[in-house]
Amino acid sequence: MTTSNQAAPAQKPPKAAIRSPLLFGALALVGALIFTSIVLLSSGVPPLEAYRLIFLGAFSTPVRISDMIMLAAPLMLCSAGLTLTFAAGLYNLGVEGQMILGAVAAMIPLRLFPDLPPPLLWALAFACGAAGGAAWATLAAWLRVGLRVNEIFAGLGLNFLASGIALYLVLGPWRRVGQASSSGTEPLPNALWLPTLDKLRLAPIAPIVALIALAIIWAAVTRTRWGLELRAVGLNPQAAGRMGVPAARRLAESLAACGALAGLAGAIQIIGVFHQLIPSISSGIGLLALLVVLLVRANPAWVLPVAAAFAVFTVGSVQLPLALGTDSSIAGVLQGALVLFALLARGLSARK
Amino acid sequence: MKRALTRWPALLILVLGAILSACGGAPASTPTESPATEATESAEAPAATEAPAAATEAPATEATEAPVAATEAPATEAEPYIFGMVLVGPINDGGWNQAQYEGMKYVEERIPGSKFIYIDKVNPADRPNVKVEQVIDELIAQGATFVVTNSAEFGDGTNIAAEANPDVTFIHASGDSVLAGKAPANVGNIMGKMIYGKMMAGCAAALQSETGKISYLGPLIDPETRRLVNSAYLGAKYCWTDVLGKPADQLSFKVTWIGFWFNIPGVTLDPTQVANDFINGGSDVILSGIDTTEAIVEANKATQAGKKVYAIPYDYKAACEQAPDVCLGVPYFNWGPTYLKAISDAKAGTFQQSFDWIAPDWTNINNPDTSIVGFENGAALSADNATKLDAFIAQLADGSLNLYTGPLNYQDGTPFVADGTTADDKTIWYSEQLLEGVDGQSAP
Repeated sequence: MTTSNQAAPAQKPPKAAIRSPLLFGALALVGALIFTSIVLLSSGVPPLEAYRLIFLGAFSTPVRISDMIMLAAPLMLCSAGLTLTFAAGLYNLGVEGQMILGAVAAMIPLRLFPDLPPPLLWALAFACGAAGGAAWATLAAWLRVGLRVNEIFAGLGLNFLASGIALYLVLGPWRRVGQASSSGTEPLPNALWLPTLDKLRLAPIAPIVALIALAIIWAAVTRTRWGLELRAVGLNPQAAGRMGVPAARRLAESLAACGALAGLAGAIQIIGVFHQLIPSISSGIGLLALLVVLLVRANPAWVLPVAAAFAVFTVGSVQLPLALGTDSSIAGVLQGALVLFALLARGLSARK
Repeated sequence: MKRALTRWPALLILVLGAILSACGGAPASTPTESPATEATESAEAPAATEAPAAATEAPATEATEAPVAATEAPATEAEPYIFGMVLVGPINDGGWNQAQYEGMKYVEERIPGSKFIYIDKVNPADRPNVKVEQVIDELIAQGATFVVTNSAEFGDGTNIAAEANPDVTFIHASGDSVLAGKAPANVGNIMGKMIYGKMMAGCAAALQSETGKISYLGPLIDPETRRLVNSAYLGAKYCWTDVLGKPADQLSFKVTWIGFWFNIPGVTLDPTQVANDFINGGSDVILSGIDTTEAIVEANKATQAGKKVYAIPYDYKAACEQAPDVCLGVPYFNWGPTYLKAISDAKAGTFQQSFDWIAPDWTNINNPDTSIVGFENGAALSADNATKLDAFIAQLADGSLNLYTGPLNYQDGTPFVADGTTADDKTIWYSEQLLEGVDGQSAP
């Protein structure tokens, strides 16, 4: 009796504590782990061993660490961009397509002027990638602001179109000489690959670009009037408009900026990772970034740890088929479950 | 507030979709699981036998470390020779990848104390953002000192991994980087002369076809696939005109390329759809050139629906079992003996880099211990046609018939093999176009 009496009043005061994001994050993590463990157990895989590989596998060798960083870099770029659109109250599902168009655009200078000095070409590839992604996102922005097409549907439609363009280029005009295969275009000459650390696949430029971009986005969202206006638009576009904020303009700007960052990620996929255009050049990184941003919301400061953690899971799980005979897609289950439980926890916390 | 309300369901659907798509891999690969677990079981088997051994030595400490020892102990005690394979598709695809997988199992059975490990489904659809170099590193991390990569597009990645791992021996199956002079010294190429298997397939198709409309379900376009289509066409043309004595203009040979080795939804053409287009277009024999079994599956469905359609699958000896009643036969790879030699050489330290394009064992192309390429007759091939096919194979075997004898022209009319001469291996290997008479895209 006494214990329940104590528990009843105890529920009221700590509400603030319960609602702290850290606690809810921990609850979400526990929920996700339980869910994933059930999946693992039901397929006969020892969960502890699987988690050891998923959480720590990426750190076991320098090669895996470098692979993890090369995945985290484009993931951070996309996630950073998505915090902008999230702040503006938009769900930019078109981020995949923006990444693909960025990759396609990054290929253009590399194909047209392969004889320019490589550093200049890399700069051009990044610039074109950003421009391509931004242009594709502007299209979505125009549909959203101009024609009032919901950006979720506009983004999904444009994603299909972008994959179609990439596939057409791979099988058509940019195909390998004498071949037509959806496995990809001719690989770039080695001189045009982003330089890597000795014997690793780690191209330091990629994470550097990602970190710089992330810092700029963090500053823009949290330290500038523009960021403040963006968040105001996200909270209530009509009210923000009445306060003198050009709401439509801010929406379009956030989409274009997100597209530019996704385009940079696409450029990294081209010159730093695959060294050729393949139909699935985005590799689902944009979708993974959507999951990241559902966790971090409009808070760029959390992008680095969360995106890095997702990259760790993904790279760590590559060895699952060999070590445990299970599919590596279990990392996707864990990531999705994390987001689902975070949303649930947040939904619970929002209830009064 | 209203916006937020409409968006939550959309968000939930998105997240659930992400989870389901992640899970999606699992149901699709359930047939794969059983061999996969089998592989890990065999991987754990030596560890299991070692654990008691270790336990007797130092019961207190080793017992707790048993799971760790499972991966590390074999290196110190039994030191199994570990060899690995990277496969583009699932190991149970009933085609190319299954034949490759069974070739490696053949080796594992014959080299005592050896252990075979593999990663399959290494392609952008099943494993986005995973590159072949990365997968090779995983195999090496598990102790592999010999690695086979089994698909054409792994060539560049194999060479990169070989340069980074000079102590590991690599075979890029179906590749030609040794021939092209681009391969590091620890890379070799192995391929069977499937051109003969395809000639037999083309011949069987022409012998049994009533309409003379033969179709070829092609994968992607490259010199290998063009060479195989051309060989099938040459076999069909010879058996149609010279064996059956029918007029050449009544034979049509059409190829449709899907764009990859197997179906990737949204990226390739759907091979099921393509096979049905062939059938609806009046074709009564479908030759498969892809890794998977859609051609024979659809031919069987059409036959059950009252049409008469035959199929000739590819790659895997038991492929006819999918639908014996419509199967004319299957040209297949038997990788075991060749891999056994290469891996034994590497184990003994006598591996020499070479480009090996290996002909069938003409004394008996179906000898499982000697012949890399074979042709297994199907139940649907009539006894009369089987006799004719055997005579055709005998001619190929004794060299009295060389179908790559000129004059042969490419599709655009440029000469491929001059009149009175025969094409050498390199010319055939690098076939630049389809032959005149074949209906389909060459992608020169």
